[in-house]
Amino acid sequence: MLALRQVHFGYTRPVVTDVSLTVKGGEIVALLGPNGAGKSTLLGLAYGALSPHRGEVLFDGQPLARFARRELARRIALVAPAGDVRFPLSGLEYVLTGRFAHTSALGFDAPQDIEIASQALRDTDAAEFADRRFNELSSGERQRVVLARALAQQPRLLLLDEPTANADVAHQVSLLSLVRNLTHERGLGALVVTHEINLAAEFADRVALLKQGRLLACGAPPDVMTPAALSDLFETPLLVDEHPHSGKPRVSFVFPR
Amino acid sequence: MLGEQQLSVSLSAPLRGYLTKRRTAVVLLALGAMVVVLALAALAIGSEPVPVSQIAAALLAKLTAASSPLTREQEVIVFGLRLPRIGLSLGVGAALALAGAAFQALLRNPLADPYVLGVSGGAAVGAIVAILFAGEWAFGRPLCSFAGAALATLAVYRLGRRESDPAHLVLAGVVISTFLSSVIVLLTSLADNVKLRNITLWLLGDLSSGTSEGLFFVLLAVAGGAAVLLTQARALNLLMIGERDAFALGVETARVRWLVYLAASLLTGAAVAAGGAIGYVGLVTPHLVRLATGTDNRLVIPASALSGALLVLFSDTVARTALSPRELPTGAITALIGAPVFIYLLRKSR
Repeated sequence: MLALRQVHFGYTRPVVTDVSLTVKGGEIVALLGPNGAGKSTLLGLAYGALSPHRGEVLFDGQPLARFARRELARRIALVAPAGDVRFPLSGLEYVLTGRFAHTSALGFDAPQDIEIASQALRDTDAAEFADRRFNELSSGERQRVVLARALAQQPRLLLLDEPTANADVAHQVSLLSLVRNLTHERGLGALVVTHEINLAAEFADRVALLKQGRLLACGAPPDVMTPAALSDLFETPLLVDEHPHSGKPRVSFVFPR
Repeated sequence: MLGEQQLSVSLSAPLRGYLTKRRTAVVLLALGAMVVVLALAALAIGSEPVPVSQIAAALLAKLTAASSPLTREQEVIVFGLRLPRIGLSLGVGAALALAGAAFQALLRNPLADPYVLGVSGGAAVGAIVAILFAGEWAFGRPLCSFAGAALATLAVYRLGRRESDPAHLVLAGVVISTFLSSVIVLLTSLADNVKLRNITLWLLGDLSSGTSEGLFFVLLAVAGGAAVLLTQARALNLLMIGERDAFALGVETARVRWLVYLAASLLTGAAVAAGGAIGYVGLVTPHLVRLATGTDNRLVIPASALSGALLVLFSDTVARTALSPRELPTGAITALIGAPVFIYLLRKSR
């Protein structure tokens, strides 16, 4: 579905160097790395906001630049932290903007668009925010509305930038469960940038480790998330054992005594 | 300086759910009816009052080619003098309000307005250059105004776009305005006395000396500008959320920016060329419209055009009748109405 091939990006200094990464339908790929590793840049490259200086970014084998913006927005949806909107907007209006690429530039929202948007809000447990002012929502609540907007786009690939930041534990789990259902049952692909190592281990089918713009490793969580690799990635001593319930890697901090 | 906090609340328009056909139709029909009623009233009022019933009869007579109930003198006053002036007021008002709504959405800044941003100033410099140097060429003034407005917009945009605080953009506008004011002073010192008087009157916002070319150009700009803005209304809704979001949701952001920027400059240029610097219409009208109708540009844009037309026609009617036979500059009236309304909106919001 999404394929980055030997992608380089950077103006004065390299931000992303020789990254090759694919995301297939039906899988969640988590992107882990310290601050400034180039994770957000990689996400920008993945939906065409940035163009690679070398290498190519393909969707279904076609370079992103071949697609019109509307075509791409029907295929790829971005979920990123949302700031204030300077004009008053309801939750439902916000989610309805996700229908832009599916509807004509003129005219009104059709009943089926309203239904798709409402269903998306229900899917993300955000139905109660439909009539609330978007600016009045907390950042965790906004995150669910933003995810609902991405669902309203009916994309095939989700790009999620810190989707669980600011969400409470229950919503971290429910949000990622929803993403997992979408990928495993509806065949969507998902690329998730996150700092939640344990959530990544639990939910991701594959984990990619990015440091200083380079891909160190990419594979199934147990293969990639070794103590040595993670400690090296974050330059912090980390302990990795097995989660007693899921059998996935479980990462704990080791504080110097 | 105005803080973000005050600003975001100042726009506490009631939430109206999503935009429906019904709400759009009701609002636009009501505003359209108000425009017709006010225009009829404005035809009737003046130093030589003519009853509305007679005007209606005369209009009907024109349609059916019957003989008019008005005297020859009344005919000239109502249809030769008042009607073009009313048309000009409506056109200028619609153009300024459309430009204001466009700038506010484009710059994601509720304080944006052609006057505040210095775009009107750019148009004024262009127009004065045309008055001084283009001589009798009728389209010189509107074209130079448009060019001046476009250059000023570009400058403001470059200076203020990347600022996160909306007040900074206004600051950039103030700098541009002051600079352009001094250019205007320099230019006017080149003018002879007759031209100087014309320029001064026109700078205050004067709709009494409009030409038929000016009227033609304003109406053309309103038609073209409104068409462009209406086709981009949904894209502007998305741009108001943020550029990154709009791009990711399928908006060709660069193309929309250029289209809207050109349309807003054209509208400002045409309005200023025809009516001078009439302030506050572009700022206050979209605000009031949003308070009444919500944020969706599919309704805000056409409703602003009609409301701006109403506001300027009302102001101009006051300007020519309040101290009759003395005429007041229309721009002074719009500022007298607009500034307190804007202050009220800001205060109410705290």
